[in-house]
Amino acid sequence: MTANDSSPHHLQLTRDGQLRHFLTLDGLDRALLTDILDTADSFIEVGERTIKKVPLLRGRTVVNLFFESSTRTRSTFELAAKRLSADVLNLDISTSATSKGESLSDTLLNLEAMASDMFVVRHSQSGAPHFIAESVTPGVAIINAGDGRHAHPTQAMLDMLTIRQHKGQFEGLKVAIVGDVLHSRVARSQIRALNELGAEEVRVIAPGTLLPKDVESLGCTVEYDMARGMKDLDVVIMLRLQKERMEGALLPSEREFYRLYGLSQQKLALAHPDCIVMHPGPINRGVEIESAVADGPQSVILNQVTNGIAIRMAVMSMAMGGQVAERQQKLSERGQA
Amino acid sequence: MSSVNTSGGSLKITGGRLFDGQGAEVENTALLIRDGRIATMGEAAIRENADETISADNCVITPGFVDLCCNLREPGNGQKGNIATETLAAAHGGYTTVCASPETSPVNDSSAVTHLIRDGAASRSQIRVLPIGAITRGLEGDLLSDMAGLASAGCVAVGNGSRGVRNARILRRCMAYAQTFGLTVMFSPENQALAADGYAHDGLVTSRLGLLGIPEVAETAAVMEMLLLAEETGVRLHLSQLSCGRSVEMLADARSRGIAVTADVAMHQLVFTEDALAGFDSRFHVRPPLRGESDRKALIAGVREGVIDAIVSQHQPHDTAAKQAPMAATEPGLSSIESVLSLGLELVEMNELALPDLIRALTSGPASVLGRTARLAEGETADICLFDPDAFWTPGSKTLVSAGRHAPVTDRELPGVIRLTLSEGRKAWPQPAI
Repeated sequence: MTANDSSPHHLQLTRDGQLRHFLTLDGLDRALLTDILDTADSFIEVGERTIKKVPLLRGRTVVNLFFESSTRTRSTFELAAKRLSADVLNLDISTSATSKGESLSDTLLNLEAMASDMFVVRHSQSGAPHFIAESVTPGVAIINAGDGRHAHPTQAMLDMLTIRQHKGQFEGLKVAIVGDVLHSRVARSQIRALNELGAEEVRVIAPGTLLPKDVESLGCTVEYDMARGMKDLDVVIMLRLQKERMEGALLPSEREFYRLYGLSQQKLALAHPDCIVMHPGPINRGVEIESAVADGPQSVILNQVTNGIAIRMAVMSMAMGGQVAERQQKLSERGQA
Repeated sequence: MSSVNTSGGSLKITGGRLFDGQGAEVENTALLIRDGRIATMGEAAIRENADETISADNCVITPGFVDLCCNLREPGNGQKGNIATETLAAAHGGYTTVCASPETSPVNDSSAVTHLIRDGAASRSQIRVLPIGAITRGLEGDLLSDMAGLASAGCVAVGNGSRGVRNARILRRCMAYAQTFGLTVMFSPENQALAADGYAHDGLVTSRLGLLGIPEVAETAAVMEMLLLAEETGVRLHLSQLSCGRSVEMLADARSRGIAVTADVAMHQLVFTEDALAGFDSRFHVRPPLRGESDRKALIAGVREGVIDAIVSQHQPHDTAAKQAPMAATEPGLSSIESVLSLGLELVEMNELALPDLIRALTSGPASVLGRTARLAEGETADICLFDPDAFWTPGSKTLVSAGRHAPVTDRELPGVIRLTLSEGRKAWPQPAI
């Protein structure tokens, strides 16, 4: 028996199925994901102009609410918002209010008083953006920039964009995600996106200590042996390994991890010759990936970063569009009543 | 207990279906209550005159419910509730006896705190409050509390609330010491090292939502350890708030070997599963966590077959702020005591549990864990609950009396309305006029 119906995907769509928040890829169908990719494609061209701006969010205020520090994600969100002509405020909350004991609810009340239109939220607790989306004033869009171990939907979508650019389509693709799946919000969103977009097989390759319980239920197969797992791959996605994993007795040493699950040229040679190598960054050279592979011809790691701006522009403009459409609908309904 | 009204007077209940908490139902002709006791029943009662007569047509009459796990939040947590609000909520739920958890502030690890709770109950509660003492000092799990002193101050059992005990050596000594005085020990089985930072069942939903899991083995390993230690020390062990199907199997096996062990389960474990967390609903952040459907089914079977003696409310009222945050930052627990019967009646409606089994697990089952009785018979204390199983109500801010508003269901009607709760013959619900 379920207790309620407020699952994230109901929360993030308008009645007409338009995006109004972007919290998770759960509940978003292939058409909508494809729409995000197509929209992002159209924004890539903007990044190549001398004047890299479109007026879609002109006059809007976007607040980057980072409860957990991040350089790259925050700066690509900032660039994306600025290219959409929004005013951007960066708040690094990890070092301010909440460390003084203020609750998330109270922090939010204060920020809402600034009349912003969109919060881009990163938080170390799973479900925090969902909680904010439920409690925020109607009309304010929430974009998840990574929450705990739950989801990192813009990262997964920029990965999908990168894959599509190199492979053309998702049908028939065999994709492996290697490393610390247990702690990875990126992996959860990627598995979901690849399944929805029609990839043939998603494999996770990791030792048992770095896999969530019943991981197969997320839509993937499990392979402990990397050599076997590399066979026939079209895409291999390496995950970042945090150093503190040794302390919790999840792994014996970086050296053993690299030997078993690090991506070397030798292991890459076991995949398809045109297999692309991806990594959400920041990379640990010599821990999960060999430098020669990271910088090699099959690596598309830097394309991912470029695509990140386009995807974030797409998601921000679509969510703002959904909020505006919803408000207009409510106004016209009120007018009729 | 204060004498508010009807004390000294007599009350007659006519009609209705009567369950004495043990076996099948009987038709009630009349039941006469005088001086806080059931004076006569049946034909003899019809002929007697009474100061007040209540018709129980269409209603069920049972002994007042007994709760082995209830948090009254007093002393120390006034923002979450107090003895007056929470015992009134209990009476609204049909309860006439509640065990008060030792997890107060300060914790109930001394006779002074026990007296504070008993004095508070004597002046502000219409129902019976039985304190549970802390088995370790400060519930820290390290040092023994003054158990004999707690018992003589009025604690009916000792336990560690929802908190664990440091290690098996200390647990063994806790049991051996409690056994010396014939005290029942109540433990919520959880291996702290295995539970670690988790707050949700380590399963499908947790994997998808990226929540931190508490594996089943955190409970089952603790159950096994506690059963073996109880067997060795000979203490009377009560396992509180089971959540795993495997625990029920181990319990049944231990009983068949003659180990003196009883157990309870919280009503929400019989109704909800991990799926309740799907929308990051922190209301359902409870401990032990809601587990899978097969666990839920096994727990219900445990109640049906009598392996699990009691269903408890595990009532944990909170202030709003404690529940309004991302799940990891919220406090565990539901404000549940007013909805236990209603959720149980839904299980009856769905043929998952028979009504006599439900009533047994709310009355005579928990009473016997405490060495008490809960019966409707001539001469017994008039602790009585009268409810209409076919009437509906919607839990919400207008209907709930607990200070905690995070009831398990607030968005739809539930069956089962408590018409009358009598504690020692006095009306505890509806709320007596002051």
